[in-house]
Amino acid sequence: MGKQLDKMLERINKNEVMNTYRKHGTSSMAYLEICEVTKHFPGGVVALDHISLSVEKGEIRAILGENGAGKTTLMNILYGLYQPDKGKMILDGKVLQGHTPQKALNLGIGMVHQNFMLVEAFTVLENILVGLPPPQPLLLTSTRVEKRIRELSRKYNLPVDCQARISDLSVGEQQRVEIVKALYRDAQLIILDEPTAVLTPQEVEVLFKVLKEMAAQGKTILFISHKLKEVCSISDRITVLRAGKVIGTIPTSEATHHKLADMMVGKEVILKLERPTCPSGKIVLKVSELSACKSRGVEVLKGVSFVVREGEILGVAGVSGNGQLELAEVLTGLIPATRGKIILSGKDITGSLPRGRIDAGLAYIPGDRLRWGCIPDFSVANNLVLKSFWKDPFTIHGLLQPQKIVGSAQRLIREFDIRTPSSKVEVKKLSGGNIQKMILAREMSLGPSILLAAQPSRGLDIAATEYIWQRLLQTREEKKGVLLISEDLEEILTLSDRIIVMYEGRIRKEMPNENVDINKLGLLMAGAEIG
Amino acid sequence: MLKKFEISFLPISVSVEKVTDLSPLKKILSPLIALILGLLIGAILILLAGSNPLLGYQALYEGTFGSLDSFTEVLIKAIPLVIVGMGIAIAFQASFWNIGGEGQILMGAIMATWIGTMKFLPAPLMLPLILLGSFVAGCLWGSIAGIFKSKFGLNEVIVTIMLNYVAIYLQIYMVRGPLIDKSMPFWPMSEYLPSYAFLPRLLSTTRLHAGLFLAIGVIISAWIILYHLPFGYKIQAIGLNPSAAQYGGINVGWTLILTVGLSGGLAGLVGANEICGVHHRLLDNISAGYGYTAIVVAVLGHLKPLGVLIAGFFFGALIVGADSIKQMATTPAALVLVFQGMILILVLVIDVLFHYHIHVVRKKEKGEST
Repeated sequence: MGKQLDKMLERINKNEVMNTYRKHGTSSMAYLEICEVTKHFPGGVVALDHISLSVEKGEIRAILGENGAGKTTLMNILYGLYQPDKGKMILDGKVLQGHTPQKALNLGIGMVHQNFMLVEAFTVLENILVGLPPPQPLLLTSTRVEKRIRELSRKYNLPVDCQARISDLSVGEQQRVEIVKALYRDAQLIILDEPTAVLTPQEVEVLFKVLKEMAAQGKTILFISHKLKEVCSISDRITVLRAGKVIGTIPTSEATHHKLADMMVGKEVILKLERPTCPSGKIVLKVSELSACKSRGVEVLKGVSFVVREGEILGVAGVSGNGQLELAEVLTGLIPATRGKIILSGKDITGSLPRGRIDAGLAYIPGDRLRWGCIPDFSVANNLVLKSFWKDPFTIHGLLQPQKIVGSAQRLIREFDIRTPSSKVEVKKLSGGNIQKMILAREMSLGPSILLAAQPSRGLDIAATEYIWQRLLQTREEKKGVLLISEDLEEILTLSDRIIVMYEGRIRKEMPNENVDINKLGLLMAGAEIG
Repeated sequence: MLKKFEISFLPISVSVEKVTDLSPLKKILSPLIALILGLLIGAILILLAGSNPLLGYQALYEGTFGSLDSFTEVLIKAIPLVIVGMGIAIAFQASFWNIGGEGQILMGAIMATWIGTMKFLPAPLMLPLILLGSFVAGCLWGSIAGIFKSKFGLNEVIVTIMLNYVAIYLQIYMVRGPLIDKSMPFWPMSEYLPSYAFLPRLLSTTRLHAGLFLAIGVIISAWIILYHLPFGYKIQAIGLNPSAAQYGGINVGWTLILTVGLSGGLAGLVGANEICGVHHRLLDNISAGYGYTAIVVAVLGHLKPLGVLIAGFFFGALIVGADSIKQMATTPAALVLVFQGMILILVLVIDVLFHYHIHVVRKKEKGEST
């Protein structure tokens, strides 16, 4: 009883604090205020650029944006996983300072991550108890805790079995556990990062009911997504992010798919590049009925067919997670094809190892340049020979030739304008744009017949983007084929001769890049039906 | 890279900055400072135990660098540490945590004894065959963990530790069964190898043997392999970023297996070194924990050939020197182990500390509204 009284007193005090704020003229203060938050990542990527937004209590706010727009970064900052470089956040009148996940939990911020943070070998009950702020219950089998969980699951209609092991639960059930976990910690602000990505349509419906119930009970919900339809059906207001900036916030009642798609992908073209007409030649790459699975055995690429000709850029548009990544990985031999064929310059390379494909003339600029594209701890020179170090002239009589490696590096550094103090500097010390130039230099130095470029300008500044784009156009003029996979519509529209749109592992539409209606393209990417 | 630590009950906050490039002077200075600090703290310990630290350190010096005899003993201990340490360093460069040096040494030793007791082999071929055989034995034993990791994704730390036990008990069985000296069936030892199977003594008055050249040869070969062969490029590439290595056309799994094979092979060679150079027959505890100490040697030497050479020598001196303090009647034997462990921890800690700039700042008044 005493405890409850204390809690009540605490609440009253809190209200008083809020009231004094109101009296002192800060009544406009929303439940959550994010002011001018900025975050840079190593490699010169600006993830968040002076983000400001405010959310009212009891609101379901959707944060909409393409991948790489900064949604997840922003939420991770709010949850204390990252520290912002600049800006401040105010929750319920309190400035969040030296923010850590532990502090976030104590302040009532709960987060349901894209990849669940559950211990698979533990039971539901144990997972809910893990990391509870003190005072912790002494025994993991505490019936008191179990009782509270049951109350919560009744209140919000979230059935969970406390004794079930996480590894035995379906993805939807695991997500429910994450939500209960947040509620158990008395979270007032709940962040859901792409919560529907892993759910079936039926599970999505159930989730939305739960979210609405939670909002009705006074919880504030941040719902992160790139799916227009879902955002429109669940939220009260929608904030659109693009390239780390807030584009705008609109009430859902005023939102249409067209308007949101516009805001998401952006209409204005920053760069105007000449794309001279270039007669396309014979077929370099022919892909037929290609399918592939993710690690868990889920088919993510479902029978894709297309061709790329010499002197042509084929753009693959699509929101991330619709099979483009797997398409690139299957083409380069990083994951095996489950069905279909890949013919490169008349040669079947479907079963070849990565090296066989490199030798056959396939160059690849990976989307994740630090993970796949380079060895950050190697020098620029060593990275430049990653695909040719065993060949003449870099290896003669079985011995590496450092002078030749450095000499070739210096040539490429000049030719591709890579800004580095020397060829011996480690690549991790270079900016993102220069790392990308280095990768491009390496790939082009192999004399490929086709260049596969995935997100070649992601996270780069305008100058570097322009350089990379010009180089891609130049490659096309050199009578090489280019397959451009990008989530950036502007990039696709600026560079491509033809465009294919991918959605859920299939090609939805193929079209020449002439007078393309960007709205229509955005809708196709978001999976909307077009009449 | 700046990391900030807040200690809630202290009025200071500590921020730590990582220094990526260490000047060569600091690189030399860090183990020296550790050594001096270790000697100072050791002096206090010896004093507390009721002896004279000066006498203790005199014994330490005498026991390591005081005479030709003691110096060669240091080298005899350093040889196996350098060879296994280099093998482990190569595996670590490929980000393969080979904890199995001990087992690989024993497999090499068993193979060396087996070949060495085959009387029918021609004498001139004996030593080369033993060295080759022990290398192959260690190589295969190491490769098991390499194959398990690259094909099935099994954790190499667990696999190599488990394989150590298998090898230890195999060795215990061997000296009591198949390889036992039939003329003395009550002692768990093999018979002596013929003298033409010995690594030749270098100085007639000491035990120093030709394994010294083996160790130097291993260091030079490792330097060539790691920094002058395409294979070394591959080892470093898969260790630093296996994804990019695979993307660059390197067969990551196969490279890993070969690397671990090389690592195990070097450990196997130490088995032959101990049999042919020191003991001349197989007996229990033949490796004296070299496989484990060599992990520290490899890490302390920053996984580089020259570093491993120096660290191996340092540890050889530490082992022999500690033994010589033990021989002083007034110093408790256990103190030697304390001393050894302390020097080791100090070297590691100071090495890490040198890589960071530490700033201590007074905390400002809290600006929070609650």
